[in-house]
Amino acid sequence: MKMETQERGTTVVVTLAGEIDLQHSPTVRRQLMDLMFEQRDVLVDLSRVAYIDSSGIASLVEAYQAARKNATRFVLVAVSAPAMRVLQLARLDKVFALADTVDAALAG
Amino acid sequence: MTAETNSIEVRNLQTYYGSRHILKNVSLDVRMGEIFVIMGGSGSGKTTLLNHLLGLLRPSSGSIRILGRDVNAVTPLEKQELRTRMGVAFQSGALFSSMSVGDNIALPLREHTQLDETTIGIVTRLKLEVVSLAGFEDLMPSELSGGMIKRAALARAIVMDPRLLFCDEPSAGLDPVVASSIDDLILRLRDAMGMSIVVVTHDLDSTFKIADRICVLDKGEVLALGTVDEIRASTSPRIQNLLNRRTEEAEVDPDAYLRRLMGIRDGDEDEPRGKRL
Repeated sequence: MKMETQERGTTVVVTLAGEIDLQHSPTVRRQLMDLMFEQRDVLVDLSRVAYIDSSGIASLVEAYQAARKNATRFVLVAVSAPAMRVLQLARLDKVFALADTVDAALAG
Repeated sequence: MTAETNSIEVRNLQTYYGSRHILKNVSLDVRMGEIFVIMGGSGSGKTTLLNHLLGLLRPSSGSIRILGRDVNAVTPLEKQELRTRMGVAFQSGALFSSMSVGDNIALPLREHTQLDETTIGIVTRLKLEVVSLAGFEDLMPSELSGGMIKRAALARAIVMDPRLLFCDEPSAGLDPVVASSIDDLILRLRDAMGMSIVVVTHDLDSTFKIADRICVLDKGEVLALGTVDEIRASTSPRIQNLLNRRTEEAEVDPDAYLRRLMGIRDGDEDEPRGKRL
C-alpha cells in the first residue's frame, strides 16, 4: 500500500494506492484520525486502490463519523471499481460523500 | 501456474472409515472467484469431502492443495495462517451459545489480528449489515431464528474477508424465501469480494441459482463435474435421477446382505452350514 498526502488550500488530499488490508489499515486509520483531530477538510482519493478489506473500510467509516461531528468535509474521490464493490456490499455508497474527481470535490 | 487460477486442487483423494471406502479417487479443482457447488444425496461423501478441504481429516491417499499449499504438508503455523484466509459457515451455525452474536462475529478478529477494538466493532457491525442482521449484535444465539443463525454464521465466516469461503448446507431447513435470500447473499459476496465459495448442498434450486460449476458426488465418486448447463444436459441416468428426485433402487448383493443380517463382519470365519437346534 502507498499513502500520500497533499495540501490543496485548506483541504488535505490523502491518496491511497494498492492493497489496504489488515496489515495496512491501522496506518490509514492513524493518519485519517490525526487529520480529524486537527479538524481538517479531507478528500480521500481511492482511484488507485486495487483492494480494500473491511478493516480499511472501517477506518474510513470512523474518520467520516469524526468529520461529521467536527462539521468538516470528508469525501471519497474517484473510488476504484474494487473499492466501490465493497462499499456497495454494505450499502456504504449511500452513506459516504462521493466525488468523481479531486477538482470536483474541491469545487463542491 | 495452477496456484494462480485455482483456489483448491484435489487429486486422487481416497478415504476409508475402517474398511468402508468413503471417497473413491476424487479429483477436482475450484477456480479463483467461482461458486463451486458440491452436490449429492445423503451418504454421497460430500461432508467427508468438505472436512478434507477444511483440513479436519487426513486422506488415506491423494493430495489437497488449498490456496497453493498442500494441506497435509504444511506446518501447524502455516496451517493456522492458511485458516485465517478461509471462512466456514457450518450447517448448524456453530455459534458459541454463551457469547452474544456480536462477540461471536468479532471472535476471529480478536483471536487473529491486532486491530483496535473500535475497528473490530465497526467491522463486526458492517458484517451484520451485509447479512441483514443490523442491530442484532447484543442478542444471544438462542434468541435467533434458524435463518438468522445461518446469517450470523455467514457473518462470522466472512469477518476476516477470506479468500475462500465454505458454506455447509446454507439453506437447509429454511423456508424458500429465506433460503433464496441466503443464495442472493452468497452471490453478492462473491461479486463484491471476489472470493471463491464452496457450497455443499443437496438443494437443487439453490444449486442451479448460485453455481458456476457443480460437482455431483454419488457413493463417494465424482459422478459429474461441469457447469449448470452441462449437468442439466447430462444423459447419465444417475444424474437424471438426482435432478428429478427419483429414488434409486440399490443393487442387492444377496451374499453381503445375508452376512450383514447375520452380523458377520469382514474377516469373521464363516458360520457352519447348519446345526441341529
